[in-house]
Amino acid sequence: MFVYADNAATTKMSKTAISAMTDYYENIYANPSSLHTAGQQAKEALEDARARVAACLGCEAREIYFTSGGSEADNQAILSAAKLGAMKGKKHIISTAFEHHAVLHTLNKLEKEGYEITLLDVSQGHNVTAGQVAEAIRPDTCLVTCMYANNEIGSVLPVAEIGKVCKEKGVLFHTDAVQAVGHLEIDVKKQNIDMLSLSGHKFHGPKGVGALYVRRGVMLSNLIEGGAQERGKRAGTENIPGIRGLAAALEEACANMEENNKKVVALRDKLIAGLSQIPHSALNGDPVNRLPGNVSFCFEGIEGESLLLMLDALGICASSGSACTSGSLDPSHVLLAIGRVHDVAHGSLRLSVCHYNTEEEIEHILACVPKVVQNLRNMSPVWRDLQTGKREYIL
Amino acid sequence: MALYSEVVMDHFMNPRNVGIIENADGVGEVGNAKCGDIMKIYLKIENDIIEDVKFETFGCGSAIASSSMATEMIKGKSIENALSLTNKAVAEALEGLPAHKMHCSVLAEEAIKSALKNYYEKNNIPYDKSQFPDCENCAHCHE
Repeated sequence: MFVYADNAATTKMSKTAISAMTDYYENIYANPSSLHTAGQQAKEALEDARARVAACLGCEAREIYFTSGGSEADNQAILSAAKLGAMKGKKHIISTAFEHHAVLHTLNKLEKEGYEITLLDVSQGHNVTAGQVAEAIRPDTCLVTCMYANNEIGSVLPVAEIGKVCKEKGVLFHTDAVQAVGHLEIDVKKQNIDMLSLSGHKFHGPKGVGALYVRRGVMLSNLIEGGAQERGKRAGTENIPGIRGLAAALEEACANMEENNKKVVALRDKLIAGLSQIPHSALNGDPVNRLPGNVSFCFEGIEGESLLLMLDALGICASSGSACTSGSLDPSHVLLAIGRVHDVAHGSLRLSVCHYNTEEEIEHILACVPKVVQNLRNMSPVWRDLQTGKREYIL
Repeated sequence: MALYSEVVMDHFMNPRNVGIIENADGVGEVGNAKCGDIMKIYLKIENDIIEDVKFETFGCGSAIASSSMATEMIKGKSIENALSLTNKAVAEALEGLPAHKMHCSVLAEEAIKSALKNYYEKNNIPYDKSQFPDCENCAHCHE
């Protein structure tokens, strides 16, 4: 049995999204910047897609800028806000300790350039509160950037409350919503979001295309100079097939959100209940405010890469935050940020499911994971030390 | 292309010599849980011959495969032979490891040496200290 349970990494494209693209490879392939009719047809398709994406987020079409993906959108949003801040002498940025590297590495870069970065603690409840944000805001704060939902552990942040705090204090608010768009209801105006990043391939759309919502009135700086595409803010011939696919996938995901989530949450909760039976294990992430499809666990006494390899041999695609899967000595910064010690963080497993998964697949996972964990524990000197009392259990 | 060679996958999925030896003549443990790799080797030695060897490993696929292969390579061999086992030989026998996984073979070599050192010490046999690397920290394996 083949079970794809790595939807937080990327998703299978929906048939709707694929069929929305092919016409723009085969027939309407002209450059939307061209004057001829064929070019103008492509231009219309581009603007139609923009309007449809905007409708899904509750904003105006002209507030949407298409990018190459979530990382580019994050970079552009943060660097733009930093530049605006510097012009007013404000060089303090607030974020969280468990952001995606597209955010954290951009902030590291700014720190080297003289900005001051505050990363909010996420060890309480594996989440942040709007109160933490309010407390951290200073007169020189130019940006708050907090993810909508965490990609590894599934915690959904109180975005609307954070947006309210930022609005009251007059600080720009960006959210990396790559894991949330198409999965959770978003209204950027109601939630007081100034900038939002999204990526097509996280909601059954194509890879290599994303978007940045920027509230009208916020000055965006270019990452890429060149032609006047995207209102002069993002040069390069538009990826029309990708943009069409993204818009179609997003519309489909939003239209079916309630129905999909009902199913996905049931699958998720079945997995969580089943895996919780494994002794000396712990669920990572906010147990209540949680992405519909995220299941993240730490199992004491084993290492995540070997767990993934054995699951792969059983047909299960999953991921882990262990050091061995990242190529570095340290396990995932997210697991360390929520307070998991190294020894335990190495033994992590993330299963991320979607509406394409079935009950039978969940049962296959639940039949395999406990066996594989036990198999690895049986050859682990750490597990023997835990069992013989030479080492104390952490979980 | 798969991440690991077929030989690595075979030794990972069907590891040889897993377990412990009660009252072993030499026991060696290297690595630490913080780094995500621990290898423990148990030796049964008679007349300078490694009569039996078992291992326990906490670590990634290549760490488990390296332990399995290294134990196979010293089983039935003389102490002298086991001491000359290099991480390179283990990696070659596995038909190669990805560059960032070479430290797993280093760990296997050092775990065996650590177990032999323990055997020498237990039996008050004088030995050449320079043959045994310092395994106090993980850094030297991860360079």
